[in-house]
Amino acid sequence: MISDTDIRQAIADGLARIAPEAELQRIDPRRSLREQLDLDSFDFLNLLIALHERLRVDVPESDYGKVDSLDALIAYLSQHATS
Amino acid sequence: MNELRMPSFGADMEDAEFVRWEVQPGQAVKRGVIACVVETQKGAIDVELWHDGTVARLMAEPGQRIPVGHVLALVAAEGEDWRAVAEQGAVAPAPAAVPASSSVSTTPAMPATSQSPASSSPRASPAARKRAAELGVDLSALAGDSPISLADVERAAARRRPTPADGMRQAIAAAMSHSKREIPHYYLGAQIEVEAALRWLEAFNAQRPLAERVLFAALALRALALALLEAPSLNGRYIDGRFEPSTAVHIGVVTAMRGGGLIVPTVHGVHVRTLPALMQALRDALSRARSAQLRSSDLADSTITFTNLGDLGCDAVYGVIYPPQVAIVGLGRVAVRPVVRDGTVVAARTVHASLAGDHRVSDGMVGARFLGALAEHLAHPEAL
Repeated sequence: MISDTDIRQAIADGLARIAPEAELQRIDPRRSLREQLDLDSFDFLNLLIALHERLRVDVPESDYGKVDSLDALIAYLSQHATS
Repeated sequence: MNELRMPSFGADMEDAEFVRWEVQPGQAVKRGVIACVVETQKGAIDVELWHDGTVARLMAEPGQRIPVGHVLALVAAEGEDWRAVAEQGAVAPAPAAVPASSSVSTTPAMPATSQSPASSSPRASPAARKRAAELGVDLSALAGDSPISLADVERAAARRRPTPADGMRQAIAAAMSHSKREIPHYYLGAQIEVEAALRWLEAFNAQRPLAERVLFAALALRALALALLEAPSLNGRYIDGRFEPSTAVHIGVVTAMRGGGLIVPTVHGVHVRTLPALMQALRDALSRARSAQLRSSDLADSTITFTNLGDLGCDAVYGVIYPPQVAIVGLGRVAVRPVVRDGTVVAARTVHASLAGDHRVSDGMVGARFLGALAEHLAHPEAL
């Protein structure tokens, strides 16, 4: 079981490439991640690709609504990560 | 023999600072190879070669400010002796390049491999030399009676010319002022239902690996290119008082930069690419724009511009035409909105499409036909 800390780190590392100025600690974890960080669809897809490389979790487009906030994204990845 | 000339990256660009060579005389090169890097208001740009051949003679040096159209290098064509071409170049007049006005470059200077022997480099402390390389400060401009110190370098860096963001803002202001002065814009807008397009795309993507997922923007680009076939007077360039239509569709895609400013990389040949190939081209262009690693062909020759607010932002966007183009297409935010279908109000995803056209070339009738065709193509995504 992968820890939330590892997932958090994976998200932070993925974001560092896309939105270098983003600070995870300053994000409201219950509000839309994309709106707070101005991530457009291209940025968001790149974040999901980075997370897939790291955690082997594929988020299908039909689940985009379930990964809108930071909390939701962590919960989703935690639930779907196998190792 | 082919000449590599300083390319123009916009109607208002006059010159650029030469940063470094990426090729050397005698090197065999292919079309598309990066020959050199120049620093413009749009940031550092990789200049590509347009022909196969052998590099014969390099005619620009780091730090020179070189006007658009001036020769940077001579390239021997296939079958030509590059040494003979280089000799020819030696008798031709050198480009009238002037040293860059500022001593501070925003791009760290590369150590010159062939030029500038060590004896000509100014005296400086090792710490100063290291810091100068980090900050991109030209030591030769600081040379004086005493060796250059770390403090000298720091002071020179503090006098740095406007940041790239300021330069970009100036470039945007110049191009947009030019546009609003010269181009009699007309504007049209239409609400387009995209439910069918998005559902089709979701099904398409469900069968593809994450990294190959196609964004709605790519689908929209494809629909835009096909719609342009029905409105050719929106696609091309207005040069010297005349419209030159283009049969190829090269779309400049407006990309917001983090920290402000816009870059408009070109996606080439949109009319002939399949959807996955188009997505790859869009991905490449956006990636290079966002990592500030643009190539000359990214900015050179778009025939129309596309601005897409995606799913953030506002409901509608009306663009300003980027000269010498004659139209810009905008898509606002995709959202679920009420739509009347068969006399009943239903919820469906829609987008507000807009067109700004150039009245010197076309008028509202053409624009309306274009927006109608765009809606029609998006209603039949399986044909895209």
